[in-house]
Amino acid sequence: MNIHEFQAKQVLGRFGVPVPKGQPASTPEEAAAAFRALGLPKAVIKVQIHAGGRGKAGGVKLISSAEEAREFAARLLDKPLVTHQTGPEGRVVRRVYVEEASQVARELYLGMVVDRKAAAVAVIASTEGGMEIEEVAAKTPEKIITDPVDPLLGMAPFQARRIAFALGLKDKQVGQFATLLGALYRAFVETDASLIEINPLVVTTDGRVICLDAKISFDDNGLFRHPDIRELRDSNEEDPAETEAAKYDLSYVHLDGNIGCMVNGAGLAMATMDIVKYYGAEPANFLDVGGGANAQKIAAAFRILLSDSRVKAVLINVFGGIMQCDVLARGVVDAAREVKLSIPLVVRMEGTNVKEGKQILAESGIKVIAANDMADAARRVVESIGK
Amino acid sequence: MSILVNKNTRVLTQGITGATGQFHTRACRDYGTQMVGGVVPGKGGTDFEGIPIFDTVEQARKATGANATVIYVPPPFAADAILEAVAAGVELVICITEGIPVLDMVKVKHYLKDSKSRLIGPNCPGVITPGECKIGIMPGYIHKPGRVGVISRSGTLTYEAVHQLTQLGIGQSTCVGIGGDPIIGTNQIDALELFNKDSGTDGVIFIGEIGGTAEEEAATYIKQNFKKPVVAFIAGQTAPKGRRMGHAGAIISGGHGGAADKIAALKAAGISVAMSPAELGVTMKAALDGHKN
Repeated sequence: MNIHEFQAKQVLGRFGVPVPKGQPASTPEEAAAAFRALGLPKAVIKVQIHAGGRGKAGGVKLISSAEEAREFAARLLDKPLVTHQTGPEGRVVRRVYVEEASQVARELYLGMVVDRKAAAVAVIASTEGGMEIEEVAAKTPEKIITDPVDPLLGMAPFQARRIAFALGLKDKQVGQFATLLGALYRAFVETDASLIEINPLVVTTDGRVICLDAKISFDDNGLFRHPDIRELRDSNEEDPAETEAAKYDLSYVHLDGNIGCMVNGAGLAMATMDIVKYYGAEPANFLDVGGGANAQKIAAAFRILLSDSRVKAVLINVFGGIMQCDVLARGVVDAAREVKLSIPLVVRMEGTNVKEGKQILAESGIKVIAANDMADAARRVVESIGK
Repeated sequence: MSILVNKNTRVLTQGITGATGQFHTRACRDYGTQMVGGVVPGKGGTDFEGIPIFDTVEQARKATGANATVIYVPPPFAADAILEAVAAGVELVICITEGIPVLDMVKVKHYLKDSKSRLIGPNCPGVITPGECKIGIMPGYIHKPGRVGVISRSGTLTYEAVHQLTQLGIGQSTCVGIGGDPIIGTNQIDALELFNKDSGTDGVIFIGEIGGTAEEEAATYIKQNFKKPVVAFIAGQTAPKGRRMGHAGAIISGGHGGAADKIAALKAAGISVAMSPAELGVTMKAALDGHKN
């Protein structure tokens, strides 16, 4: 789960990570009031969307009056902002964030992720702040420091200092950075984060080390123990079909093609997308209905698939282990009747009770293209849309 | 021959009284696996269909001589269940549970380092040596005893591969579902090492997916050390960047984990890569035939 910058700064602030003072606003009046509340001659106003590249897209501005704050908010709120990360349709801006402006002497990069190979939380740091870290990694990998944290020790002061010195920090900044990194690590483990990115972390002209931007992603599997974090979810930033799918415990990811796919198991679901592409068409989605899907869940999955108007045909691929093919078949028949299915439906099933399942489909009167195996299914569904 | 489990493996079920635990303990016992005990804190002294239940893994191990355990405990308690099994010295710990917080697995992985236990999973279908021992949730009947090993991060895609092999008359020595999470106990290379040493395995089907760099590392290992034919498939060739594809581990992030890099690394190591998941069986057949000649 992702959250907004202002929320990330609030979370980090609670753990003692130094962040600039600021206030979110969802109307031009609130933005003007937020500027006045800061009581400073200058402030920065930033749109709040779940995507990077806001600065280059005109979504960040240095302002010096409440009127400027109002004007910026009036111009950008409730309209989509297109950045290089949003896609051409952009993201609708529903909030802006007004925060104190900082005099920047140096920009650094600081991140924390779960490092699979080290099986630990790793610090990623670089002197090349303010740039895309993937670009830095590709062009100048020697400028990236990766340092896994021992889960038993936590962030030891010596390790934090080692990273501080590697970043070329000096004097008082070393201690400040070490304290910041310790707090950041605590924030990571105590909120079940999966990624924290501070880009840039800045040294101000008066020598303070603070987080100018902040991004946090949380481990969905850890959310059950953080009801406060779960409340930070902004469903406006998520695909409505994906939100709907989550209600039924379905794993759905919206893609750009026109073959709707319904599969049991994540690996087989990805493989099904791949084989659709292999035979020359594009999948419209990833959809894993899971192991123990009942008829209701299948029906919900069907509705979600068809809510995408680009879908021109549906491919169901199920290898029934725990899931029984007859249960699946009944769910498909019910759902197809309910939604008055009018586009081609190709079904491939294998596994437990497959004979009964095929019989249910055959006797249902619904037009189903039965496939013998995965390749046959992919071929038939691609043919069905005239490719 | 086989790896990890055989007809002598004695298995405990942690979480034997839950719906999943009951269903699969029964299915494994019916397959012929020696299901010797269950563990449910507070239910010690009772039984599940004649299988004795204990309060702790330690008690269960002492009383039954179990050398393996399978975990169906819900995600909030699953990491603790793994730790309990490792602390009790169970040699093989198989965790089926999906949805364990990754930071819990960081602790588990750390604790495993100084133990004699091997962890398979979490978020995996389990391990089966066809005709001898099935531990986990895979449908037993699609398997056939034989000489091809299977290593996979995925559940149903493994069944797909096994089904193709069995249809072609190719049996399996052991099938290992290593799990779809970012941090897992036994990784691809660990499983390959076991198959390399196993005289009952002639070749390996290796099913990877997007996310992480484990397939690239396995490719290097195979090139340098593995003497038997390997056939690979990487799921997620059509997956976009930054989107999690069901499995917590299946995400392309930070410029790593894409299918194209993995396929290139596997091919460079001389491994036959099936470009379509429907061709895993026939590609293996061709590889085995080629190896004999």
